[in-house]
Amino acid sequence: MSSKVMSTININYRSAIRFALREEMKRDDRVFLLGEDIADAGGVFKVTEGLLSEFGPSRVIDTPISETAIVGAALGSALMGLTPIAEIMFSDFTAVAMDQIANQVAKYSYMSGGQAHVGVVIRAVSGGGISFSAQHSQSLEAWFAHTPGLISIMPSNPRDAKGLLKSAIRCGRPVMFFEHKALYPMEGLVPESEELIPIGKSEIRKEGEDLTLVGASSTVATCLEAASRLESNGIHSEVIDLRTLSPLDSKTILGSVEKTGRLIVVEEDVGFCGWGAEIAAQAADKSLYYLKSPVKRVSAPYAPIPFSPALEKMYMPSAEKVYAAAKLLVQGS
Amino acid sequence: MKQQGVSLSNKELLSMFEKMLLIRIFEDKIHALFAQKLIPGTTHVCQGQEAVSVGVISNLSKEDVITCTYRGHGHSLAKGIEPKKVMAEIFGKSTGCCKGKGGSMHITDLSVGALGSFAIVGAGIPVAAGAGLSFKYRHLNHAAVAFFGDGASNIGAFHEGVNFASVLKLPVVFVCENNLYGEYSPLMKTTSVPNIADRASAYGINGIVVDGNDVLEVYRVSKGAIDDARAGKGPTLIECKTYRQKGHSRTDPGKYRPDSEVREWMERDPIRLFGDYLRSNGIMDRSSEEAMSSRVNQVVEEAYQFALDSPYPSENELESNVYN
Repeated sequence: MSSKVMSTININYRSAIRFALREEMKRDDRVFLLGEDIADAGGVFKVTEGLLSEFGPSRVIDTPISETAIVGAALGSALMGLTPIAEIMFSDFTAVAMDQIANQVAKYSYMSGGQAHVGVVIRAVSGGGISFSAQHSQSLEAWFAHTPGLISIMPSNPRDAKGLLKSAIRCGRPVMFFEHKALYPMEGLVPESEELIPIGKSEIRKEGEDLTLVGASSTVATCLEAASRLESNGIHSEVIDLRTLSPLDSKTILGSVEKTGRLIVVEEDVGFCGWGAEIAAQAADKSLYYLKSPVKRVSAPYAPIPFSPALEKMYMPSAEKVYAAAKLLVQGS
Repeated sequence: MKQQGVSLSNKELLSMFEKMLLIRIFEDKIHALFAQKLIPGTTHVCQGQEAVSVGVISNLSKEDVITCTYRGHGHSLAKGIEPKKVMAEIFGKSTGCCKGKGGSMHITDLSVGALGSFAIVGAGIPVAAGAGLSFKYRHLNHAAVAFFGDGASNIGAFHEGVNFASVLKLPVVFVCENNLYGEYSPLMKTTSVPNIADRASAYGINGIVVDGNDVLEVYRVSKGAIDDARAGKGPTLIECKTYRQKGHSRTDPGKYRPDSEVREWMERDPIRLFGDYLRSNGIMDRSSEEAMSSRVNQVVEEAYQFALDSPYPSENELESNVYN
């Protein structure tokens, strides 16, 4: 990356998403927003604040609390050539709209023999860590990755959030864009000039040769923190930020695994049948003979997310857990 | 039957009759081919409901759009998808309107404004609302029509979609084909109101009950609703009382229906009613009717032959159109 010559601004994840929405709405008047409390209230997480006054009520549309109607209407308008961006206030609420997402939006292109590609972006607020209990904290990305036809994006920082959202809006395909609620205040440098970050390409955040840590969204920071502690113990880990869950950048992940011979996948969702299982399976299938130790997953236990901060802390992946798993893999104790 | 409040030329009336006849003969053919095990999967035919699709869609232009259901061959033909493309799709052939990747329950042709047959009950309703939203967004004078069955009025997508369209005053017409049965269950066993149109008041929109076997009444009532939609007056819910002459799907003989009920409705067959009207008013004579019938039969036979002769999709279709 040419960050040395690039002029940047320091903004948070929330603002980065808003900037992407604003830039794309200015660029293309077919782009519009719909969702619950996104217009007058500026969104429950204030992501769309100010956009109503800038673009007016026909392009920033407050809807009833009707996730099925929101996604269905997004599909219908996309078929007619518009580019809807639907906000699902908490990704847990996608369950209400699952028929529209998984049966209609995801399959339309395929079942119609490619007559339309359905440029619908569904922004969904995911993730735990702030005691919102079991129906407002889940990381459900694996549901969507398991449904052919949907692109699933999980940005870990402000720059990616902006650049990936802009690419999502322009790609003309159905995209699930997962914004982690705990990352909204996270600050970072974002280029002032336009940047489109490619979909389907992960990023190596830190290079190393002893083991590979794979994270996405909130767990990239978890991996980096663990990596820094491992570094002071003489263990050099490589950290991969998935960025896009589906399509998965298997090449980068397996390339790293073949270099380091060790893999830990760090995911916030339930480990059983989670996306880490897919990465582990690919490593076993394609890179088995490079592995020096078993593949490990640091993930949530097989239980809903608990409310109590004490329990939630135990539930979530952490740098400590990753550190412990990594030490065991590399040093055997 | 009468032509009250409807100004259609004889040519237009005959064209409507011919479309109804096309749907009937097409569906009879599908039914027969299915019985001979020549069609894969499942199929849901619509004999007896032709007046609804033709009556409503005769008010639409190519730019207007529809969504319909798995019982959607009739709407698809009425909206203008070529019969051979529909037939080939039902056969799973590469020349079908969806390259054989959708099938009987997913007949779609965006080029004529047929946004799709939605095989999950009620799913097309919010999608039609979204199409209506796009017309309003672009200040276009078009309308979207959602066709669905009586059973769909009991599913959440109906409630969400109709409320959404009403609140945003979208140019959408909701057409419920009440054929008295949701799959195998009679309406009164599953539905809290005798008339689906009664539900309109819950959404602050007009609800109208119409004889769904009288194509001229369906035409007249839907014209009013579609004109209102185009004029920015928001949606209407139209309930067309009609009857599914066959069973729910495939080989279901529909034995759960009383014989007397079936007999009564067969006497009120929409094609018979409209044919009698056209003959008794001197609009259609025997020779023009025979000519029409042989023309339609030929179209359906050619569609069948086209489907038979067409190749199945090749392996490169297996994973195409996912997100590439």
